[in-house]
Amino acid sequence: MHEFLAQLINGISLGGIYALIALGYTMVYGIIGLINFAHGDVYTLGSFFALTILTALGVSGELHGVALVVDVAIALIGAALLCGIAGVLIERLAYRRLRNAPRLAPLITAIGVSFILENVMQIWKGPSPVPFPAVVPNPSVMIAGVAVGAQQMLVVGLAVVMMVALQLFIHNTRLGRAMRATAQDRDAAQLMGININKTIMLTFLIGSALAGVAGFVSGVYYQSTWFFNGFGAGLKAFTAAVLGGIGNIGGAMLGGFLIGIIESFATWKFGGQWSNVTVFAILILVLVFRPSGLLGEAVFDRA
Amino acid sequence: MLRLERVSKRFGELVAVNGISLNVLRGTIAAIIGPNGAGKSTLFNAITGIYPPSSGEIFFEEKRIDGWPTHRIAAAGIARTFQNIRLFSFMAAIDNVLAGEDAHLHARLWDSLLHTPRQRREEKEARERARELLRFVGLEGVSETYARNLPYGSQRRLEIARALASRPKLLLLDEPAAGMNPREKAELGDLVRAIRERGITVLLIEHDMGLVMRICEEITVLDYGECIAHGTPTEVRNDPRVIAAYLGTAVA
Repeated sequence: MHEFLAQLINGISLGGIYALIALGYTMVYGIIGLINFAHGDVYTLGSFFALTILTALGVSGELHGVALVVDVAIALIGAALLCGIAGVLIERLAYRRLRNAPRLAPLITAIGVSFILENVMQIWKGPSPVPFPAVVPNPSVMIAGVAVGAQQMLVVGLAVVMMVALQLFIHNTRLGRAMRATAQDRDAAQLMGININKTIMLTFLIGSALAGVAGFVSGVYYQSTWFFNGFGAGLKAFTAAVLGGIGNIGGAMLGGFLIGIIESFATWKFGGQWSNVTVFAILILVLVFRPSGLLGEAVFDRA
Repeated sequence: MLRLERVSKRFGELVAVNGISLNVLRGTIAAIIGPNGAGKSTLFNAITGIYPPSSGEIFFEEKRIDGWPTHRIAAAGIARTFQNIRLFSFMAAIDNVLAGEDAHLHARLWDSLLHTPRQRREEKEARERARELLRFVGLEGVSETYARNLPYGSQRRLEIARALASRPKLLLLDEPAAGMNPREKAELGDLVRAIRERGITVLLIEHDMGLVMRICEEITVLDYGECIAHGTPTEVRNDPRVIAAYLGTAVA
């Protein structure tokens, strides 16, 4: 029982990261029908940006007090912002011209962008994993007999806050409404005076910024990052988005946490070498038996 | 208010619209009629920028608008509804109307993220206007219902409310009475008149001759992409070419 709870908490933390990445997949799919395979690499980019910012701030170890709050906030917001800008640039340079092309064209382009980002990041920080400073102290509290670390709470807390904020944004603001409208009927949205280029840009901005947040928290959580991290994490987050119902925002969150929990339990029960097998076996089962996912497909709106 | 000068639209070999000139006067209710495939909807698409014309010029309030992006034409004051309803089906009725207001709202990303007073005030006023519009088209009771769950006639009304939300000077209605029963058609006629009372010019495509003859002042008749007649309901009804091409079969 104790081990079960411990693994559950591990899974939820891991799932928080997947959920944050999955949101970007699902938002972009919802609005332009593209599986943005470069999205996982934007997540890695987030951890690189955060690392660079922390280094520039002279941070190399655990922080406390005001410095903890200020430096973490700067790295987090900086990584999110820079990733958001990167996402917008990717959309502008690589995808916009292909918006009305056959679906395969932007998909291949996305894979190409993914390779480019991976190679750029390899040149940037080298081919080996890079240490990420353990900025956040990790005292643990006992919950139902299980030690829960502060870093785990940070991961889950940030993920949940971001998701709630995203839901509020999408349902209660002008720009969120424009996003939903564009996702549901792009031509009609345009005819109602909605600027769909700006709206699509905004979708990439927000989705990529969330990946940046995920990149930052993963650095804090694992104390390491690697140019190739986004490949595996991106695929799993994509699986999460499909599991929840791609295009569906609530589904991405649900799918993210489920995939995290499944992976954590698979590692525990079958060993680490089986965790990917289990996750992707689930992807195949979902695609075969419930292709529209647990909560249904491409609605953007359903929470 | 809206002037078309020799507007043509070709799709490859097919000439869907051929040299149509048209002048819609401010404050009127005008109609375009004609058999299926006569090019009526193509003309709407040309006006609203979905398929810009192959040749010819379109002026709206003396500004040349052909070639403008769709959202800019919408912002200039032309709104439309669709023959096959195209509401945002997974959005509440009121959110559909609010989406129509988009071009008149100013909240930036910053305002939305920080929930600034400006964003809150703007959203509150926008909701108030949206509720008023839903009342105006007779949908006040269903503002929180998903568009797809509304009955057909209500969906058509909601499309009109959404179009009005963009504060158009000119409203294009594409077969607004399609699929409506006689009572709904009568109410629609009243609604279109009430829209005109608000100072909005209306141009509609409609197959229901009874409705067109009752509410419109100007009628343009298209056949095979060409304009074959233009005038008041009485003039059009008595035009021999119209009777031959269209009314002769449709009314008989």
